[in-house]
Amino acid sequence: MTLVNNRTKAHDETAGEFQRPPRFLNGEAFNKTFKWLSIGAALFILMILGGFFVSLTIGAWPALKQFGIGFIWTSDWNPVTEKFGALPAIAGTLITSAIAILLAVPLAFAIAIYITQLAPKWLRHPLGIAIELLAAIPSIIYGMWGLFFFAPMFADYVQGPIINLFENVPILSTIFQGPAIGIGMATAGIVLAVMILPFIASVMRDVIDTVPKRLKESGFAIGATDWEVTKSIIIPHCRTGLAGSIFLGLGRALGETMAVTFIIGNANRITASIFAPGNTIASTIANEFQEAYTEIHSSSLMALGLLLFIITFIVLAIARMMLNRIST
Amino acid sequence: MKRIIASLAVCAAASAITATSAFAADQITGAGATFPYPVYSKWAQSYNEETGVQLNYQAIGSGGGIKQIKANTVDFGASDKPLTPKELSKAGLMQFPTVMGGIVPILNVKGIKPGELVLDGKTIANIYLGKIKRWNNKEIQALNPGVKLPDNRISVVHRADGSGTTFNFTYYLADVSPAWKKDVGVDASVQWPVGTGGKGNQGVSNYVSQLKNSIGYVEYAYALQNKLTYARMKNKDGKIVSPAMENFQATAAGADWKHAKGFYLILANQPGAKSWPMTAATFILLHKDVKDPKATKAVLKFFDWAYKNGDDAAAKLDYVPFPASVKTLIRDAWKKDLKADGQSVYMGS
Repeated sequence: MTLVNNRTKAHDETAGEFQRPPRFLNGEAFNKTFKWLSIGAALFILMILGGFFVSLTIGAWPALKQFGIGFIWTSDWNPVTEKFGALPAIAGTLITSAIAILLAVPLAFAIAIYITQLAPKWLRHPLGIAIELLAAIPSIIYGMWGLFFFAPMFADYVQGPIINLFENVPILSTIFQGPAIGIGMATAGIVLAVMILPFIASVMRDVIDTVPKRLKESGFAIGATDWEVTKSIIIPHCRTGLAGSIFLGLGRALGETMAVTFIIGNANRITASIFAPGNTIASTIANEFQEAYTEIHSSSLMALGLLLFIITFIVLAIARMMLNRIST
Repeated sequence: MKRIIASLAVCAAASAITATSAFAADQITGAGATFPYPVYSKWAQSYNEETGVQLNYQAIGSGGGIKQIKANTVDFGASDKPLTPKELSKAGLMQFPTVMGGIVPILNVKGIKPGELVLDGKTIANIYLGKIKRWNNKEIQALNPGVKLPDNRISVVHRADGSGTTFNFTYYLADVSPAWKKDVGVDASVQWPVGTGGKGNQGVSNYVSQLKNSIGYVEYAYALQNKLTYARMKNKDGKIVSPAMENFQATAAGADWKHAKGFYLILANQPGAKSWPMTAATFILLHKDVKDPKATKAVLKFFDWAYKNGDDAAAKLDYVPFPASVKTLIRDAWKKDLKADGQSVYMGS
């Protein structure tokens, strides 16, 4: 209490001149306490992380014990017979994330190049802010937009024509099969792409900004075009950083829950068609956790959570490692 | 991930609230089914105005309600899925029904008006099994001789989340279709052979109204309030009935509650000319061996009051109240089953 009061007082009275705060605040004792408090706070974060892992493992234990490692590659998800396997959820998670990355990365790279290299100086800052604002939109909004606006349009103007186009082409007819309902893994992947686009774009922008000016200028000096500078100087110089930004986006796409639950169709099946409804790990948990009556059902959901935790942890760790390498 | 944390937080909050409510008799805590949540809160509001007693009901889902009452963190649990007599005695619980509702098939087929299409249990089961693929299938056409049905693929919509509605729906399908019983079974969530999953009644009705040529199932109140295109049903007696309050009531009146041990009775496919085949009750769970007589008394007082004064409020929210005969059976069960130190907790109203 005294600390706060002294501070505000000191602040009030310094309109004219700076007044030193009371001595004990600068004292060695305070410094030590401050140091240990900071260390404690930092350790606390690690403890929470470890706690998550431990409690998820404990929760998942009955399922892991019963189904063993086969939990990962069996595709039953049947609360009636109490047989659970994670494959449909894992497959759905990977497929939607892959679609999202495939669509978002080229776009994000183009945006980042435009902002850092091509856009007129006065436009760079507002554009950058606009992209960061896009990242701040809550995911449920994307879900609603996806369900009410995007899905019907997608069904009528994209899915229908594509299904008809590839009807007689082998393989493609399987990948793009099914009634054009607008809801399914492709839709989820596209909406995810829109969601992770601003993240990837803004990290890529920062990464590209680290390319030394004299490198680029020497490129232009010998007559290289914008594209040649991008291809031969920028990309080679910040390869790792660009890859890191992709992994960062991937980490977000893997764990996204609400928006995906709205539009993926929530069906625990594996189908070859990307237009078919599917499920992701996160959306399965969101859907079923509340009403999991039996221990093995809720434990299997915990095991799914553990899988997602491990996958995203690894992906984000890779992203961090790659991004750190560029900043040093 | 977020969802787990949220659920754990809800559980923690629920238990924290009970910890305090155990000491204050002017507060009742319950948790469970989402389906009766609107009527319980309406009752709670009126009851609070009359008596000053506060009901704190957390709609965390039937599964959660069963878990919470077993763990003794709430004064009562609520579930859309009744426990079997065996499950009840294992957990030392008793249950009783409060209100009923109907489950209604809804559809989105161009040119078909509300109530125009007639379906029966077997046809719905075959649609949900993926055996009937198109609307002009001869099984559907046979039930609807005068109706022009399109040659379009049926888009099946089901609940994605576990729910008492799904439990009652699948119970009915298993009752009328051996194939359903064998291949899919009965539960709050099942392994659906075909279809798309929507979250909650809202999710299912959104999908059905958006997907052309789709079919889904929602609670009656929901279908009514959102003016969805519903289908009529052919019941066990072979009569065609509409989803309407009087038909749900007829279903309950015809049901044999007297011989249903532990009120374990699922109102699916009941006999009777006016009986709606997909009627469902919702239940309250209490510990038989009463540890906190004060709290249990408060719970019974509330539901006693609700049975006496709550029918109109329930009907206004499109729930179906129970007939007086069933209410008498419930009060008898309270007297008989709920004991603290060998003494009946319920003293009669």
